[in-house]
Amino acid sequence: MLKVTKLIKSFNRGTPNEKLALDGISLVIRPGDFVTVIGGNGAGKSTLLNCVAGVFPPDSGKILIDDADVTRLSEHNRAKYLGRVFQDPMMGTAADMTIEENLALANRRGTRRTLRWQIQADERKRYKEMLAELNLGLEDRLTSRVGLLSGGQRQALTLLMATLRVPKLLLLDEHTAALDPKTAETVLDLTEKYIKQSALTALMVTHNMRNALRYGNRLLMMHNGRAVVDVAGEAKQILEVNDLMRLFERSAGEELASDRMLLAD
Amino acid sequence: MGQILLSAVSLGLLWSVLVLGVYVTYKVLDIADLTVEGSIVLGAAVAASMIRGGHNPAAATIAAFFAGSIAGLVTAVLHTKLKIPALLAGILTMTALWSVNLRVMNSANVSILRIPTVFTAFTNLGVSKYAAWIILGGSVSLLLVFALYWFFGTELGGAIRATGINKNMVRAQGINTDTMMIIGLMISNALVALSGALIAQSQSFADVQMGMGSIVIGLASLIVGEVLLGRRFFLVRLLSVIFGAVVYRVIIALVMEFGMVPNDLKLFTAITVTVALSVPYISAAVKQRAGARDGGGHA
Ligand SMILES: Nc1ncnc2c1ncn2[C@@H]1O[C@H](COP(=O)(O)OP(=O)(O)OP(=O)(O)O)[C@@H](O)[C@H]1O
Ligand SMILES: [Mg+2]
Repeated sequence: MLKVTKLIKSFNRGTPNEKLALDGISLVIRPGDFVTVIGGNGAGKSTLLNCVAGVFPPDSGKILIDDADVTRLSEHNRAKYLGRVFQDPMMGTAADMTIEENLALANRRGTRRTLRWQIQADERKRYKEMLAELNLGLEDRLTSRVGLLSGGQRQALTLLMATLRVPKLLLLDEHTAALDPKTAETVLDLTEKYIKQSALTALMVTHNMRNALRYGNRLLMMHNGRAVVDVAGEAKQILEVNDLMRLFERSAGEELASDRMLLAD
Repeated sequence: MGQILLSAVSLGLLWSVLVLGVYVTYKVLDIADLTVEGSIVLGAAVAASMIRGGHNPAAATIAAFFAGSIAGLVTAVLHTKLKIPALLAGILTMTALWSVNLRVMNSANVSILRIPTVFTAFTNLGVSKYAAWIILGGSVSLLLVFALYWFFGTELGGAIRATGINKNMVRAQGINTDTMMIIGLMISNALVALSGALIAQSQSFADVQMGMGSIVIGLASLIVGEVLLGRRFFLVRLLSVIFGAVVYRVIIALVMEFGMVPNDLKLFTAITVTVALSVPYISAAVKQRAGARDGGGHA
């Protein structure tokens, strides 16, 4: 499904501020894997997701999605494979456009934009049904501007947009971090529902260890641009927060004692 | 007085085509594109030179439209492919156009006095000069409003609108934002050049200097329209562009009537635009300060 090979990415190369964000990370994700990704600040989690999405090119290494080499493909050209939700609720939607216009933009991900009317009547019906499932009352607000929605509503909508056209891979980068705990929970449950419904393959970055353990069938821990822990299946199910801490300390050493990773929620 | 208002309204309608172009960059794409100052002259120069050279005025006007789209293309390529900031890219194209326009006209101006123009068909029917401007300017800009309304309702138009709002989101939906900027800038400058062609034919000459201050006139008209009609449905917003362009001309005609010297006009317009642009910011700041005071009172 996703195959990342010896990916290296540094920022500000050749300057005193040079920062190696990905240090030769390799990774194979199988179809249907729901991988939670944890790691301290600056571990390279966002950089990994951004490289997969094509936001910036890696220095070296390879990225394959379903055997297609996308390493040098531009961001918009590989969007057809990917559904993405970002940490910032503002980032995933166009605030000045209506809910239905945003959905219509997402419904055509990876297709040519033509001079056909941007929303067809039958689509509207489908959007209404899907919005109703969110239980946020958005089904009656198809023509409201997205800018009027709350952060949680916007993230739920972005999630719907990311999965409206079933992606080969769903990339979630701390997509509930900006929400209050209760809303975060709602959006996480929704995430899990969508992933199960369409048997999606997903990478979900989170800072919350409990969520990292609770969701998904596989857990990846990153540190200094490398994957230091990778557990799946039953081995992951029996893990507890304490085990994670121990694994983390063993792989990363003392320097992490003060890291925000220590806060289990 | 009636004559003055008539001339202001007709001039406003010819300029409203330019303002629609400015709307596409400033409001839809969210960039200030200074190419306008050059592409209005380009449109005037192409149309006037072709008409003088014996070409059909309608064909000359259409040619001006396409010439403008090429000017927009240049700015767009500078901005998207060479990563030059939009404002600077527009200034570069505008500067280059000065020379291009002189080459097109072979001199600093071209007169088409007493040569038939697109307006002649109407004046031949016996209507006055101003009536001809109003009929043609009004129908062209109305037609353009409906064309733009349709276009920005299509998949492609929607993608262009989204590009002006959130490029990250647009790329994540598989849309090439560079292409969207290119299309938007080409449409915008095509409209501006079309306006230039109509203006040149109305005044019977094209002049290399006629673009000076045109971007600010465009912005002023946009603001006037927005203030008067507000930010309602898209179609109303587009119509308010025409309305703003006309009202702006009427305001100018009135202040001139009340004794303002023409040389002060640009200063007047610049100040008006400055005030209009800063009002939202200042009122927000005032509100915030009032809020802080209230908060302090409760503490
Ligand atoms: N655009 C950029 N320019 C320069 N440096 C960057 C950029 N993006 C990331 N970095 C650096 O690369 C390293 C990895 O950053 P990254 O954002 O991938 O970490 P992360 O694991 O997502 O951290 P966090 O948990 O804080 O989100 C950090 O040192 C960061 O400062
Ligand atoms: Mg991050």
